Amino acid sequence: MLKEYFKNTWDGIWTVLIGMKVTFRHLFIPAVTIQYPDVKVPLPERVRNRLYVNMDDCIGCDQCSRACPVECIEIETVKSIPGEDLGITSNGKKKALWVTKFNIDIAKCCYCQLCVFPCPTECIYMTDVYEFSEYERENLIYKFATLTEADVKEKKLNYEKFAAEKEAQKAAAAKAKPETPVQTAT
Amino acid sequence: MALKTETMVLNMGPQHPSTHGVLRLELELEGEVIVNVKPHIGYLHRCFEKHAEVMTYPQVIPYTDRMDYLASMSNNFGYVVAVEKLLGIQVPDRVQYIRVIMAELQRIASHLVALGTNGLDIGAFTPFLYLFRDREHILSLFEMTCGARLLYNYMWVGGLSHDIHPDFVRLTKEFVNYFRPTITELNNLLTFNKIFIERTANIGILPLDTAINFGATGPVLRGSGLAFDLRREDPYSIYDRFNFEIPTGKGLVGTIGDCWDRYYVRVLEMEQSLRIIEQAIDPIPEGDVQSAIPKRVKPPKGTVYSRTENPRGELGYFIISDGNVNPFRIKVRGPSFVNLELMGELCKGHLVADVIAILGSIDIVLGEVDR
Amino acid sequence: MYQFLFNITGNEIIAGLITACIPLVFILIFVLFAVWFERKVSAHMQDRLGPMRVGWHGVLQTVADFVKMLQKEDIIATEADRKLFSIAPVLVFAGSFAAYAAIPFSSKLLGSEVEVGIFYVIAISSLVVAGILMAGWSSNNKYSLLGAMRSAAQIVSYEIPTALVVLSMVMLTGTLSLDKMSQMQTAHFWDWNIFGGPTFGFAKFLLIPFMFVGFLIVYISTLAEVNRTPFDIPEAESELVAGYFTEYVGMKWAMFMLSEYANMFSVSAIITILFFGGYQSPVGYLGNTLGAPALIPFEQGIWFIAKGIFFVFVQMWLRWTLPRLRVDQLMTVCWKYLIPYAFINLIIIGIITLL
Repeated sequence: MLKEYFKNTWDGIWTVLIGMKVTFRHLFIPAVTIQYPDVKVPLPERVRNRLYVNMDDCIGCDQCSRACPVECIEIETVKSIPGEDLGITSNGKKKALWVTKFNIDIAKCCYCQLCVFPCPTECIYMTDVYEFSEYERENLIYKFATLTEADVKEKKLNYEKFAAEKEAQKAAAAKAKPETPVQTAT
Repeated sequence: MALKTETMVLNMGPQHPSTHGVLRLELELEGEVIVNVKPHIGYLHRCFEKHAEVMTYPQVIPYTDRMDYLASMSNNFGYVVAVEKLLGIQVPDRVQYIRVIMAELQRIASHLVALGTNGLDIGAFTPFLYLFRDREHILSLFEMTCGARLLYNYMWVGGLSHDIHPDFVRLTKEFVNYFRPTITELNNLLTFNKIFIERTANIGILPLDTAINFGATGPVLRGSGLAFDLRREDPYSIYDRFNFEIPTGKGLVGTIGDCWDRYYVRVLEMEQSLRIIEQAIDPIPEGDVQSAIPKRVKPPKGTVYSRTENPRGELGYFIISDGNVNPFRIKVRGPSFVNLELMGELCKGHLVADVIAILGSIDIVLGEVDR
Repeated sequence: MYQFLFNITGNEIIAGLITACIPLVFILIFVLFAVWFERKVSAHMQDRLGPMRVGWHGVLQTVADFVKMLQKEDIIATEADRKLFSIAPVLVFAGSFAAYAAIPFSSKLLGSEVEVGIFYVIAISSLVVAGILMAGWSSNNKYSLLGAMRSAAQIVSYEIPTALVVLSMVMLTGTLSLDKMSQMQTAHFWDWNIFGGPTFGFAKFLLIPFMFVGFLIVYISTLAEVNRTPFDIPEAESELVAGYFTEYVGMKWAMFMLSEYANMFSVSAIITILFFGGYQSPVGYLGNTLGAPALIPFEQGIWFIAKGIFFVFVQMWLRWTLPRLRVDQLMTVCWKYLIPYAFINLIIIGIITLL
């Protein structure tokens, strides 16, 4: 009983002194803080921050929008009429769709990177920009499409005209087909 | 004539000074002694299981990250093992080795937070900062591999999202050598400190049969003396190829099953994780980490329940598939949810100041409790 | 000091006022320094940097905090007792400040030359307890009241080991006056009380271990009197009750902080006077070697402040190393461990002094 009393006293004092030695040693270890706005940490190459889309390469396949778990990518496309040249992507594919709307709501994005992998031309990727705060919420919807309003209207009109013409042609062809006699088996 | 006394009800509100999240504890006190504790949860419910019903199987993985946000790799691991069982595919060895290394690194990182916040609640401010500085090394290893520091989306169904960086093996070995002395430093500063022992020994004693009856798992169960670890009992992935011990509580400075035992089990588990990493880091076989990833994940009709060892206990995923690209139902057995029930049992007869020590030793994360 | 000023000005009141203001000025400057020092010490112990932006390495940070507190709105709860609420911080600060009257900063700078120095200091520090209880009660908040009662119990209990050790030192030196005690420990460090006192002899070496025990006991008890970790139940966000100064904002809260740091320095000062030679230098005086005896009081003042700051540093060091004790454990340490050791120490030192 008395032995436990003295042991408690000794333990109390000795462990406190060991702890004090540890903290004292740390007084002389240089600090690990980085003074942020003046000094920035170098980021590794695979880092996942703000999304960027290179519209020259986008073929409007909608794969990234379908892969996104929070539905932050909105894509609208218009088919092009034959004879129009939209150019080719950097890995040789010929583009066939006008991308009229490509909005990414970066406030919804969860930085999971699931949209980067399905892209056939690797035009959507994550950059290392992490300082992109805005004062208005609406400024966080990034609009990547490069067609102007007038362009968009024109392309839509073109396609509708083309589709209507094709419909008319098909209807005319069906009407103008002569009655073919049914071949009876002999 | 006996005095009619009433118990006083005290509310430890959803906002805590300690860092466990939004949890409301309703304490019934008789003077200073606690008669009953009722936890009220649900403040962080984000409908994970409902979301999972409209996502495809690969799209669920970022959502599993966010349940137990301090141990994202382990959450991913559990889900991916479950879906692969349902699909019946085998992943290449390289993927298995890397998954084990990532899970063990994540276990160390999660225990560092648990130990640091446990000390912070008791009043020791410095070990918290030392442990977070060590955690930075692990997080920069993860950032080098997959680009994110906290919510990784790294383990995919059938493989991994990225192969490891060429420098990863060397830096991990450096980390292992760096980390061993810091565990000794933590022991000197906090674990064997007399004041810390006074605050946590013989507090919140959990007898073994109560633990089993309540369904506690993880360090809470091992602190009561039973060497039950899912990596040994029900080995998933390639855990049966590694040598490691399972630390249990032995009542070194108090009784078996008190708060100090649970704390010390976590310290010893970190050392065992270092052992596993050392054994796994050298023999990583060559291969392609994305070769077994299916084009479309469309498991056949069926159900599966698979369980893995999260740093906090047994994490179970029960998936019902009806042949579609979306799961029909995913139910998650969160270890913190089950362990939280022990609060009422453990706090009886203790003082108000001990409630925080007990809560810190059970180590809950509200994201997992509420999902 | 009073005599000196009286000779200069010839007016009692002005001389008295100036003598009283000198420790006040010292306290204000010391608190400015101590808050910055604590933040820097804690930061470097935790491998981080602390305040860096306001002034060179953050020296003006305390000034910035002070200006912020000055411009805060003074909120008093409706149900609170207004008179007591406003008087409480003043009383707490007055108790801490009044103790400086008997503490000698150097052989010429002494607030008031009372013969009962140490007795006066212990008595007037108890005024702080009344202030704390007033603060807790008038807040009309049951958690504040609980915190105040715990703090009052803590301070009152830990005064007993302090008084016992002080009594043993008084027995050894034979005087209650702090000034005389400092003068008795003549100017070499082996004459300090911690090493047995100025009179050379067999008794001196016998006393050394008991002096060390006495020093430890009084250091721990004064830590508890100042409410520092590991005894800071009333101060830290102690789990769920938030202490007796929850309801205070702005300047009133600043008064509590001022009084805490003033207390820290005054107990460090008492410890240096009792055990470590007060204002005497360990290595002799520059004034003596240079032949300018007028320099000596200034040197003594510098040595005294340096020793005081060293003990304040050790208090901060302990704060950032140790976890907190629970309230009942705090009381156990006092009544079951410190008081028996202090009693036995007292008896043994008394016997040795008789030899």
